[in-house]
Amino acid sequence: MGRKLMFTLFVLVVAASFVMVSGPAMAADKEKKKEAPKQYVPLLIYRTGPFAAGGSGIGSGWEDFMQLRNMQGGVNGIMYEWEECETAYNVARGIECYERVKSKKPAYIHPISTGITYALLPKGTKDHIPIVFEGYGRADAADGRVFKWAFNFPTHYWSQNTAKIKFIAMKQGWDGKNMADIGKYLKGLKIANLHIDVPYGQETKPILDDMAKKYGLVVRHFPVSWPGIDQKAQWMDIVRRFKADWVINRNWGVSCTVPLKEAARMGFPRNRILGVWWCGSEEDVLPAGPAAKGYYATNFHGVGRDFPMIKQIVDKVYGAMKGNISFTRVGSVYYNRGVITGITMDEALRTAHKKFGVKVINAEEMRWALEHMNITEERIKEIGAEGLMQPMKTSCADHEGGGLVRIQQWDGQKWVVASDWISPMKDYVRDMVEKSAAKFAKEKKIKLRDCSKVD
Amino acid sequence: MFYRECGNFKDNYASDMAIFPIPLDRYGFIVMLILALIVIPLTATDYWISSIMIPFYCFALSAFGLNILAGYAGQISIGHAAFMAVGAYASLILYGRYGIPLLPSILGGGIVSAAVGTFFGLPALRIKGFYLAISTLASQFIIQWVIVHWRWVSGGVFGTVEAPDMQIFGWALDTPVRKYYLVLCIMILLITFGKNLVRGQLGRNWMAIRDIDYAAEIIGVNLYRDKLIAFAVSTFYAGIAGSLITFCYYGAANIEEFHVMVSFALIGMIIIGGLGTILGSFLGAGFFVLLPIAINQSLGAFMDVVPSDILSNIEAIIFGGLIVLFLIVEPYGMARLWHTIKDKMRLWPFPY
Repeated sequence: MGRKLMFTLFVLVVAASFVMVSGPAMAADKEKKKEAPKQYVPLLIYRTGPFAAGGSGIGSGWEDFMQLRNMQGGVNGIMYEWEECETAYNVARGIECYERVKSKKPAYIHPISTGITYALLPKGTKDHIPIVFEGYGRADAADGRVFKWAFNFPTHYWSQNTAKIKFIAMKQGWDGKNMADIGKYLKGLKIANLHIDVPYGQETKPILDDMAKKYGLVVRHFPVSWPGIDQKAQWMDIVRRFKADWVINRNWGVSCTVPLKEAARMGFPRNRILGVWWCGSEEDVLPAGPAAKGYYATNFHGVGRDFPMIKQIVDKVYGAMKGNISFTRVGSVYYNRGVITGITMDEALRTAHKKFGVKVINAEEMRWALEHMNITEERIKEIGAEGLMQPMKTSCADHEGGGLVRIQQWDGQKWVVASDWISPMKDYVRDMVEKSAAKFAKEKKIKLRDCSKVD
Repeated sequence: MFYRECGNFKDNYASDMAIFPIPLDRYGFIVMLILALIVIPLTATDYWISSIMIPFYCFALSAFGLNILAGYAGQISIGHAAFMAVGAYASLILYGRYGIPLLPSILGGGIVSAAVGTFFGLPALRIKGFYLAISTLASQFIIQWVIVHWRWVSGGVFGTVEAPDMQIFGWALDTPVRKYYLVLCIMILLITFGKNLVRGQLGRNWMAIRDIDYAAEIIGVNLYRDKLIAFAVSTFYAGIAGSLITFCYYGAANIEEFHVMVSFALIGMIIIGGLGTILGSFLGAGFFVLLPIAINQSLGAFMDVVPSDILSNIEAIIFGGLIVLFLIVEPYGMARLWHTIKDKMRLWPFPY
């Protein structure tokens, strides 16, 4: 009896789930047609799985921003309409989500996962949908001549690592201005690049090796195997054998916290560890407790609630109980990153409205707009995001736009700003980007776009 | 009657050796074929074809490969996703860099994967059970490491090889429907081959090894040869499945698509679906590929009512719950349910 009952229950659940797929979806479609057209925004995020902190923070910040804009009457009167698709940071699910939302004509896709980005790049190029990866994905996509449909503003990993080296030089006493004598401060410095051993972790190896040659640094790479929960052997090596002066923490998710604990165990000073911006959130340092105090991490935006934009969200969105995440996380690193995502999208849409008229923007128009964005200091002040984000200006050749990086330090309670905006070694990075992109273009037989002829 | 033989009389060898002794199965199979070959491509949307049916077939094929190894030959492998990766990278390199035609490239992916699989199957000659499971787990990590670090394979720091545009004899496979047919045809071909393989002498040997290996050896089964063949065939299927899913679904080979969780999912598929059955590979793949998406889509209806963070986690909860429920209801897998029904029907209305 019990078995039969259970089986019947199971069949009912399965049947019900299939019925529900079609029923409400159709009803919702009918309702939509009556209303004014809305700007459809798909969110490929992950609220489950090992990296949920990142996915939920960014996704919710982005949603709250759109909620705020909708309360203020939309972007030039066009309301946002968004839909979440849970990827669980899983590539197969990410592609399924992409195919699912594709038919609803999204203006662009922002997958929040390096693995999914790699899979979507060829698809986006073929389907003519811009793929935007803010602060992740492949660095050489900054060369817009080769990667027509990919954007990695405001900055990418290679810029970040040159900024890191600059920051390290500053800590050694460099004045931060004269590039000619930076080598003097860096010579002989031992830098351990502790990276997770997946393509994402390896991305910065060539640029670090190259800089090592250029400035006389000693760089050694310490791979950590996925998922990186155990790093004892690497730390023994870094501290006892290699005797590193600085450690670059290039991990992701759970593996970000481990180095802090290991360093504390080995007595390695935490203020000699410099994290990637995916290892620089509250969720990464809080589990390490007091061991995290003094840890540096890079970032490309501001942290906290002390910005007019965030305050507006707190007042209006959370005041009306329409927030998408628990209130305590508002203003955290990942949350603000989501708000930045929203702002750049908003600005791109406004750019598109200027050129194509105020309407729902499609993917082709969005691509043009993403390439002609110009977010100036004044505009940032106007939005109320001063200090929250950096100015950026994209062009046909330059899909990176900004490039500025900021260092923050964990004081045991919160992230405090530890440096001004550091500009990366722009020409040098650009050179690397172009070389890598050219190689890619040659492999794929892509003809470089002539940017002087594109409007 | 259509659901049973009319009595247990088989008066010729052909009917005795038929793949589908019962008409119900025979007709059911034909209906499924018509559904897959004609109805789905004609009626389904691009979304359904390209992101639901194609991965479903590929995972079913891969699960069947694992089923040959685990279900028929009784050798466990927890590194099957890595062999899919080998097939994927190998066929992409053959096709993209050396310009070998598409079908031989896919076949080549399978062969390279089979070669690697045979190598990693060598420990099976000496160890079995959990110990073998651990050594195959090592294969997952070794292959992953090699692919990431061997620049020639992964194409530099980004570790990704993009799938070029596909064509067969100058005929471009660019729409989802055409890709669907490619996957479907190769799958049907390989499954038919596999079904006959497990029905024949080799399959009997495997089952003998699975049941009691020393007894099998005593009656004259060559353990070493047959275990290695099981590894080779199984990883060949994985390699083909890997190259198909990369060509037709992922569009680019990236090692993150083939990490260890996929290996676990494949094992889950054959356990939930049914070890040592072909139907089970399909049911299991359906359970793992289609069900989460179905749950996710149906939950979309509650989007405005329930907070989204809870909503996303409900999917995992329901899916996990269903796995547990299913293992309680039918520990031998979903295919066993169908067998039970069939067996009952064969004797009905006079069961003994």
